[in-house]
Amino acid sequence: MAERERIQKPSRSSAESEAAASQPGAGRSGERLKAELDDLLDEIDEVLETNAEEFVNSYIQKGGE
Amino acid sequence: MVVPKICGLETEYGIAHRGAEESNPITASSLLINAYLSGLQHAPGSPMARVEWDFEDEMPGRDARGVGGGDLDYEPETHLVNAVLTNGARYYVDHAHPEISGPECADARSAVVWDRAADLIAQRSMEAARALLPAGQELVVYKNNSDGKGNSYGCHENYLMDRAVPFSQIVHGATPHFVTRQIFCGAGKVGTEAAGTERSSVPFQLSQRADFFEEEVGLETTLKRPIVNTRDEPHADARHYRRLHVIVGDANISEVATFLKVGTTVLVLALVERGLFPEDLCLAAPVAAIRAVSCDLSLRRPFLLADGASVTALDVQWELFERCAKCCDDLGTDGVGGEVAEQVLARWEAVLGELEADPLSPATTVDWAAKYRLLDAYGARNGCDWTDSRLRALDLQYHDLRPERSVANRLALERLVDPEEVSWAATNPPPDTRAYFRGRCLQQFAPHVVAANWDSVVFDLGGETLRRVPMMEPARGTEQHTASLFDDCQTPADLIGRLQQ
Repeated sequence: MAERERIQKPSRSSAESEAAASQPGAGRSGERLKAELDDLLDEIDEVLETNAEEFVNSYIQKGGE
Repeated sequence: MVVPKICGLETEYGIAHRGAEESNPITASSLLINAYLSGLQHAPGSPMARVEWDFEDEMPGRDARGVGGGDLDYEPETHLVNAVLTNGARYYVDHAHPEISGPECADARSAVVWDRAADLIAQRSMEAARALLPAGQELVVYKNNSDGKGNSYGCHENYLMDRAVPFSQIVHGATPHFVTRQIFCGAGKVGTEAAGTERSSVPFQLSQRADFFEEEVGLETTLKRPIVNTRDEPHADARHYRRLHVIVGDANISEVATFLKVGTTVLVLALVERGLFPEDLCLAAPVAAIRAVSCDLSLRRPFLLADGASVTALDVQWELFERCAKCCDDLGTDGVGGEVAEQVLARWEAVLGELEADPLSPATTVDWAAKYRLLDAYGARNGCDWTDSRLRALDLQYHDLRPERSVANRLALERLVDPEEVSWAATNPPPDTRAYFRGRCLQQFAPHVVAANWDSVVFDLGGETLRRVPMMEPARGTEQHTASLFDDCQTPADLIGRLQQ
């Protein structure tokens, strides 16, 4: 299995091209994603908890399932 | 023909009572749910009377392995708030968390719609609670699976299966998938919580849950958690059906991740049911492998199969994808979602290709990749390492369900379903399973419904005894079969009368 060759198949249904169109590789280039990430970093401090350490320490969830 | 792979998701949410000097998670969860239910009852034109959950058929302590498996003693918590909603879901306090167990869905897309509806219900609950709490206080709900301090809570999946399939065959087939599917459905986590390890020994891992799995197979859900859970509680005709209860997954924020988590599992389980699961895909050490896979962001580190071959998680997933694709080509997609199964295959192939090319490239569909990219970039810009509380805070805040505070919301994750459809699904049941019958009963006759659960609805028609309507077939009671019946019935007595004809 480790040496297995992948069989090239004809593309799967129209759903594939639809899905592919919305994938980062097609519609959203890596560079565009990176630019978006830079913009996000500029604004993420607005969302970040003001006292991150206290927030992290106080987030305790006991008992579940 | 496989048994239709009816499926459902149940999410235990994290909850925090912000601004309060003291807080108790059970009280907070009860307040959250009661605030939502009261809001529904007071909504203009609402037919909603509160309908309680019926515990009649609860037996989560029963073991699918039968004699020798080791049933557990279990007492359901019948005193806490526990309601049935018009969309067919159950909304209740489970231990110390608010939990929404979604309605039965016919395919993975439907599972995404009602999973998002559950999140919307949680958001509406937060708003309703805010109106009841003193100024400066609020309840905040998180859709994650760990507090980062060794406490974990679940997002469980359920799949209808053929009782005739031996449980050992299910374990054989499900385990390799459960160990490796986290490469696209892991929600990502900073650090490790595995017993006996230093938190900082793992900077970031794929899964919220992998740290907590200690057994291959078992009945537990809170201690010594098993990769394959053996709870034998079909909530359906036990002569024909089994409900595979899956506890190994993460709650996803990404709709595509939820779609893939459910959709690929449906296809793999159908493969198992048909006896087409590859013999040679048995893992040598699943518990070690699930943790190793979670901690390997390169997706390149191999682990051993039982026959001594060395594989990566991507190898296993490609193999499963190809088997499932061939199975759908050869035998069709009836019972596994029809057209939705084709969409699942296309998405599955696409995400594996992306992960193979660059594990971080599916940054708008795979939660762990989206989270990692942001946290890694934040750390680089602000000079913090992976133990920094700002990165740990952003990790938790990725899962914050308040739209204005959600970090995930800022990451432009790809949407699969329309918000209007999600809003509709918060109060309406899926049309194509028995959840439709449950939901319609509540929409139309709630004041006469005493209680309901997965496989029955109990009416009080004013007579000496209550009337229980059994629903032992999860694929029956659909809109197609019962909509005109409901349309014709003015009273619950009409409905019961018609059902007895």
